[in-house]
Amino acid sequence: MAGEPMTEPLLAIHSLKTHFRTDDGMVRAVDGVDLTIERGEALGVVGESGCGKSVTALTVLKLIQMPPGRIVDGQILWQGRDLVSLDMGEMRKIRSKEIGIIFQEPMTSLNPVYTVGEQIAEVVRQHEPLTRREAMDKAVEMLRLVHIPTPERRVHDYPHQFSGGMRQRVMIAMALSCNPQLLIADEPTTALDVTIQAQILDLLEEMKERFGMAIMLITHDMGVIAESVQRVVVMYAGRVVEEASVDQLFDRPLHPYTQGLIRSIPRIDLAAEKKSRLEAIAGVVPSLLDPPAGCRFAERCAFATPECTNAMPELREIEPGHRVACIQY
Amino acid sequence: MPQPLLQVKDLVKNFGLKGGILGRTVSEVHAVDEVSFYLNVGETLGLVGESGSGKSTTGRCVLRLIEPTAGEIWFEGKNVTELSGKELAALRRDMQIIFQDPYASLNPRMTVGAIIGEALVIHNLAKNRRELHDRVVELLETVGLGADHMRRYPHEFSGGQRQRIGIARALAVSPKLIVCDEPVSALDVSIQAQVINLLEDLQEQFDLTYLFIAHDLSVVEHISTRVAVMYLGRIVEIASARDLYARPLHPYTEALLSAVPIPAPRAKRERIRLQGEVPNPIHPPTGCHFHTRCPIRQLPLCSTEKPELRKTAEGHSVACHLRG
Amino acid sequence: MAGSTPASLTVDPATGVPVAVKAKPKRVTPGREAWRRFRRHRLAVASAVILSVMILAVLFGPLVWRVQINEIDFSAMLEGPSLAHPLGTDDLGQDLLARMLYGGRISLAVGLTAMAVAVIVGTIVGAIAGVSRGSVDAGLMWLTDLFLSLPQVPLLLLIIYLFRDSLKEIAGPEVGMFILIVVVIGGFRWMPVARLVRAQFFSLREKEFVEAARALGASTPRQVIRHILPNALGPVIVAGTIDVAAAIITESTLSFLGLGFPPDIPTWGRILYDAKDYLDIAPHWAMFAGGAIFLAVLTINYIGDGLRDALDPRRVL
Repeated sequence: MAGEPMTEPLLAIHSLKTHFRTDDGMVRAVDGVDLTIERGEALGVVGESGCGKSVTALTVLKLIQMPPGRIVDGQILWQGRDLVSLDMGEMRKIRSKEIGIIFQEPMTSLNPVYTVGEQIAEVVRQHEPLTRREAMDKAVEMLRLVHIPTPERRVHDYPHQFSGGMRQRVMIAMALSCNPQLLIADEPTTALDVTIQAQILDLLEEMKERFGMAIMLITHDMGVIAESVQRVVVMYAGRVVEEASVDQLFDRPLHPYTQGLIRSIPRIDLAAEKKSRLEAIAGVVPSLLDPPAGCRFAERCAFATPECTNAMPELREIEPGHRVACIQY
Repeated sequence: MPQPLLQVKDLVKNFGLKGGILGRTVSEVHAVDEVSFYLNVGETLGLVGESGSGKSTTGRCVLRLIEPTAGEIWFEGKNVTELSGKELAALRRDMQIIFQDPYASLNPRMTVGAIIGEALVIHNLAKNRRELHDRVVELLETVGLGADHMRRYPHEFSGGQRQRIGIARALAVSPKLIVCDEPVSALDVSIQAQVINLLEDLQEQFDLTYLFIAHDLSVVEHISTRVAVMYLGRIVEIASARDLYARPLHPYTEALLSAVPIPAPRAKRERIRLQGEVPNPIHPPTGCHFHTRCPIRQLPLCSTEKPELRKTAEGHSVACHLRG
Repeated sequence: MAGSTPASLTVDPATGVPVAVKAKPKRVTPGREAWRRFRRHRLAVASAVILSVMILAVLFGPLVWRVQINEIDFSAMLEGPSLAHPLGTDDLGQDLLARMLYGGRISLAVGLTAMAVAVIVGTIVGAIAGVSRGSVDAGLMWLTDLFLSLPQVPLLLLIIYLFRDSLKEIAGPEVGMFILIVVVIGGFRWMPVARLVRAQFFSLREKEFVEAARALGASTPRQVIRHILPNALGPVIVAGTIDVAAAIITESTLSFLGLGFPPDIPTWGRILYDAKDYLDIAPHWAMFAGGAIFLAVLTINYIGDGLRDALDPRRVL
């Protein structure tokens, strides 16, 4: 193995299972996920709605409602320390101090009755012994860092006075205010217009360089993945189906689901070429209530054999750094 | 040259904002600002733009779901803005709409059969129950669903299936023009492709004309014959899909194209990053609406004079003082 | 490959793409879904059972317990519960069980009918305001606010005082009083319903499925009846149940003030009124009447809670 890490990874998730109890039965939202993030690395987690990518991220920070949610199995090793067994008090120390998070809809994660400055200052003061004054200065500094114009003034504004893109900048400022080693970005640009999306992705890149933190970028957009991360984990129905460097993934996608996903997107960079029909993946994502035995993609897979439904395929390394969960390989 | 199916001339829509004790109109949102375009039979015109560009309002004005403030909308030789009563009802059979949100666009308390059959009942298109039933089944099958789905309720379906139901509802009256308002943006990538393919097949099968509204440039490029780019209520560029993507003229179009993330990690592209955000449509910038963010602007011209949409080549028009 | 295609796939004839059909074990109509949620609210279910028993009792009880309500027996005045008189007797030796059963009919009927009046008037006013916008809306809302700001109890008393006798002459003492009380209570309780319906209309009118109906050429009445109203009714039903309870209490209050039904017609409120002077020597008299009102109002409120959960529009949409 070429990329053998010399030290332990920043975050290592092993066979994580997060299930939700509902009236209809257990929803196996995350059902055996393995992934690692190295220090300073940008990891993309890609998949469609309901694949478990967001639940995985929320589980890392224990931000899921428990109950109905429950971590049924697995380990979340944060710099070697298992987060699964930590209580809420210890978890609070890790949140934002060590792991920051930003969400798709910044409006719902900001409190409308406090100014953004007060909200950033409060996060800072939870983790650092600063006076109110110093924390407010820190808030101004953070807003300046994320390129909000006239931060001295805007720090006294309320969330509704910011546009969607600006709010996401505020969220990033807040998440980075305690200098975390990992930033989880859960669909940070999905609600934004494309030109604003580009600005935010650039900003994330810049912040990563500046602070040397790792980023876990969760998205459904293959284009965003291709442009913003080095390594990718593809999820489907609560499982990781493929893991590769971004070049490997787009040059030689191995899992039929990844192949289908890449082929089903219209490509503007190939607009000059002859237009062809999109290759859609047939069917719909299976219900996580009673997920099919064996490979969860089998019923939509063009290459499926009767064998596929027998046992759940495990992730196996096909080439250095490229792992796939499919019995073809 | 044949008469276009739809011709929109100088369409304007202002939304009044009420305020004060007396509830008088205190300010206006200039949602659509003198928009003109045409649509030929069987083609697809893509309408792209970011939020606040007025693309959805334009689509709804064409259908008279929103009353336009000014301008003309000619459909098959009739001015849509002047129709009322019976004629407007007749228009509803020729023009239909498909919505973005597959959850909000279906009445949760009606069965799928009732939802699709409603148009047939309204316009008396079925002689009896038997015929109504058969037609609904036929429509369901056309969009890839089955007769057994008729008696189910919308919440029993996935997003993609709901969107198919919405399409079947639009097809029920055998329309000529369908306004597709972001029909795939709420769907997952793999389902998006299914619905896009379905729309393309239906277009061929029924000789449909689409006004395809979307913010996703890749989807628009894929499905459209021609594309109009909107910014703050105005069309800034209109061209054939291929031309627009290969030779964009307006600096906004260029920036928009370069901002679309491409699923090819090694593709080296020139990046144009726009500064700032779309200005408030209550007080749009003077002159060219884009001049506040434009990388190539030349003051004072751009900030004082509104650029007209000018033809630069066959089928390619742009509204820019510098590139026109 | 072919062998692996699950049976639940049907092939899309337009695209050739197989479309998975969700194999659902049973049909889930919105009604059944609401019932499933209602059932989870245990207090509401228990309340529904208790209230049903009370309704059945007042409906069919008098057929079984065939004691006259005005059979005076001075030998058995103010007796406590016994076999001959399970709920005891009043100051005239009249059987309380018979009077309670008979009075329950009137009290519950007043509650339900007054609620119906309030809901119907409120829905009509709210719907008209919600559809019309502009000056009609403003006018109707002005009227609603006016009614809300009136001092209700004095006005209620005044109206009853003014019209009691003329209505009694026209429709007889019992029916006349019933109509008067129902109209008066309903007439003072429609405003919250009207506001609720109007607010629902405002939000539903902008929903895409209503817009779709408009695009299909549906007339305004059709949009309202088929699309807006069915989706607006959930909260109205919840508000209506609370109104039943409020109407029962108002009727009791009126009777307690001596302005309700005449003394020879027992209602729960009237019985309570008559019992108040004998609280120290015959507490059972007041307790049964008060208990019945209490139980009816409490169960109705719990049922309202359960319906609120069951009909929450956010969970259906």
